[in-house]
Amino acid sequence: MADPMRIRAQASGDKATVRVLMSHEMESGQRKDAAGKTVPAWFIQEVTATHNGKPVLSAEWGPAVSKNPFLQFAVKGAKAGDKIAVTWKDSKGDTRTDEATVS
Amino acid sequence: MQTRRETIKQSMVVAGLLASAGIPQFAQAAFNKTGFDAKSVQDAVKAYGGGAIAESKDVTITGPDIAENGAVVPLGASTSLSGVKQMLVLVEKNPAALVAMFHVSDAVEANFSTRAKMGQSSDVYAVAIMADGKALFAKKEVKVTLGGCGG
Repeated sequence: MADPMRIRAQASGDKATVRVLMSHEMESGQRKDAAGKTVPAWFIQEVTATHNGKPVLSAEWGPAVSKNPFLQFAVKGAKAGDKIAVTWKDSKGDTRTDEATVS
Repeated sequence: MQTRRETIKQSMVVAGLLASAGIPQFAQAAFNKTGFDAKSVQDAVKAYGGGAIAESKDVTITGPDIAENGAVVPLGASTSLSGVKQMLVLVEKNPAALVAMFHVSDAVEANFSTRAKMGQSSDVYAVAIMADGKALFAKKEVKVTLGGCGG
């Protein structure tokens, strides 16, 4: 159901900078709708990244991360042609994985 | 010769140490709810097994001086230290201080950027929790202007 992530991974020297743009509502659980009811929280809780299948990063996020979250990190030893995959899991249990090739 | 005031101050310090020692160390759960429910920076750090936070120039936080839109504030946390276990990004005056936590492995650099929501002008923190439980932080004030007047 969720839209694909946009992942760009660029090699520079002995590392690759990975930029990820996820598509997610990131509802904080603080907002109220027109009827005055609190909108339940719905946000990405876990983000993991793999480099050629090997896990390199895991992160936990709270509802204070912005809507359509952006994430940047650098993978050591990654070179052009390597595969970087990013997975997220939200508080409703939805997950999505997308993969990109280092350029 | 100790004044009464000093005695009270010391006993409060001791009480604080006892309280922090009593916090159980959580096994690495799938999602650390305690950390994300914590109201203060120190409580959130504690939930991840860090000790008292100390300022360090080896940790950097990047962010704007003035954020025109509190819903999207670009924040970056990085450190040049080795032996970092976790990097935390926190906004002090948010309803829950912790924004994001990153596990640092050998394969990634301890340098992360993301975007955070901020309810009001506040100090933002980058905290590096070291393998030995030390917690080092850097902070920066970010002003949030509401109404789009541009400050």
